[in-house]
Amino acid sequence: MRRVAIAAALLALATLPFWVGNTYYINIASQILLYAVFALGLNVLVGYAGLVSLGHAGLFGIAAYAGALLVNSGFNHFTAILGALAVTVIAAGLFAVLALRGTGLGFVMITVALGQIVWGVAYRWISITNGDNGVSVTTRPQPLGLSLANAPGFYWATLIVFLVTAAATAVFVASPFGASLRGTRDQPRRMNALGYNVWLIRFLAFLFSGFWSGAAGMLFLYYNQFVSPQVVALTASAEALLMVISGGTATLLGPIAGAALVVIMKNVASAYIERWNFVLGAIFVVIVVFMPEGLVPGSVRLWRWTTARLRPPIAAAPGPAARAREAGE
Amino acid sequence: MNISLLLAGNSVAFGGLLFLLSAGFALIFGLMRIPNLTHGSLFMLGAYFGTSLIGWGFGFWPAAIVAGLGVAAFGGIVERFLLRRLPGKELAQVLVTLGLSFMIADACLMQWGGDPISIETPPSLRGATLIGKMAAFPTYRLAIVAVAVTVAAALWALMDRTRLGAMIRAGVDDPAMARIVGIRVSLLFTIVFSLGAGLAGFAGVIGGPILSVYPGLDQDMLPLALVVVILGGSGSLVGAFVGSFVVGFLYNFGQAMLPELAYVVLFLPMLIVLVVRPQGLFGRATS
Repeated sequence: MRRVAIAAALLALATLPFWVGNTYYINIASQILLYAVFALGLNVLVGYAGLVSLGHAGLFGIAAYAGALLVNSGFNHFTAILGALAVTVIAAGLFAVLALRGTGLGFVMITVALGQIVWGVAYRWISITNGDNGVSVTTRPQPLGLSLANAPGFYWATLIVFLVTAAATAVFVASPFGASLRGTRDQPRRMNALGYNVWLIRFLAFLFSGFWSGAAGMLFLYYNQFVSPQVVALTASAEALLMVISGGTATLLGPIAGAALVVIMKNVASAYIERWNFVLGAIFVVIVVFMPEGLVPGSVRLWRWTTARLRPPIAAAPGPAARAREAGE
Repeated sequence: MNISLLLAGNSVAFGGLLFLLSAGFALIFGLMRIPNLTHGSLFMLGAYFGTSLIGWGFGFWPAAIVAGLGVAAFGGIVERFLLRRLPGKELAQVLVTLGLSFMIADACLMQWGGDPISIETPPSLRGATLIGKMAAFPTYRLAIVAVAVTVAAALWALMDRTRLGAMIRAGVDDPAMARIVGIRVSLLFTIVFSLGAGLAGFAGVIGGPILSVYPGLDQDMLPLALVVVILGGSGSLVGAFVGSFVVGFLYNFGQAMLPELAYVVLFLPMLIVLVVRPQGLFGRATS
């Protein structure tokens, strides 16, 4: 059943450009997948490590800026992508060393500060980042000679990265290392007493999370062929966090659903509702207050509750008294 | 007049404004452990209230006080009906306050439009005052410092010299024990949140003649409040006071001396403090 569902979803995703047709909606799908990569990466920290980062747009943006600057200084796309990812992982290491000085609120505050430094550099160090005007790249890469210039081509490339991310995250989470990461989230002192290096486990999770944030940043750069300080602003970090939380932390499907929700709200709903920012804020307040576990687990709970209500009471297993009566007859 | 002297003066004035903004943030964060990410929005909301009140014929100071009261009432409602439902869930509080800040920003844009609105300096405080023999300094900025010092003194007296302050401090130190001896900690929380929100709203009007009011003001002010409180130490009024002036200096001198790295100059000291002394310069280490 589960395999059939996954296969059907994969088939639907792979053929999406054929049955959607419209370039606009294919681009929306690319955006959803791109932000899903970001949200999956962030969820490793937020959901599985219990460390809430409000500075992840910094890592996302570092990758995008590094990629753009490398491409513009004459490197080919392949080198630029590798270089940008390497820079992002190094930056993630630096972020982690600083942010892991604290847990809980301390961690949140340090990541806010780090994100703001990245934003400040992007915004003000005009001689390198071109300030508010941003940096643009003129071409998209052509892996194996395939063109990504049109919407379906880029969609498929994004889909491949997305699938790799989802698979990598699934493997990561199910691995013994993933189990120890959840252990550091729930019982850090006990894990320490058991001989696990809590700091190192969190550090590695941060690097993993940072790597996929960087990958998403590169996708963003090539999707828009442009990067500006907006990308690394606090609101961008907040949006990414909202994707993770709204969908449901510590689930695989949650961040994907959250990314879809936010992107659709931003792009589609804004065409019909003028005050979409207000609606977005309101949706999140409602989700946090009434569905604190997130949309996916929350909907599952509501679904179970509804089906339990609808099921006829006879279907319930016979109690011991009934069974004794049957045996006696 | 010497440029660095002028900068120093501006830094002190900006520090005073920052104290008005972040004293409330420090109280809310320190007492309730709520990372109130709407604080910048409350500042902006107060400033917008102020422009409307002045438009209806209020004087500057009455407008500032009424705007502060309005924002305090709004803060009380937010605390009572939203944050109250999420006790101790820091992540949920972060998200609710973030969602609210989106809503407030959009509502302000809807109500007051996208153009910056300036608030006139009150007539009696226009011009410059001579300090000593040669240093002339804008009178209004001196007034801000005076207001900040007055508010600081009043808050100190409230927290250290009154029964309410003693109850608040008891609520900080040991909420469970405070409840047992009959202190209504939840009511105190609403009072503290309202007080902090009101101060931010008041600060918004006071800052109006310097900063004016524009969409995005909330996002500009919130990080500054964060830096002040992290530098100074959460829950410490002395820390918020000193932190405000430190940040005032860092901000103004950073902008003037190293414009390209101004934000690095602003946030780097905060990072260093967080790494070396996580509880802040004046914060108490908590277990």
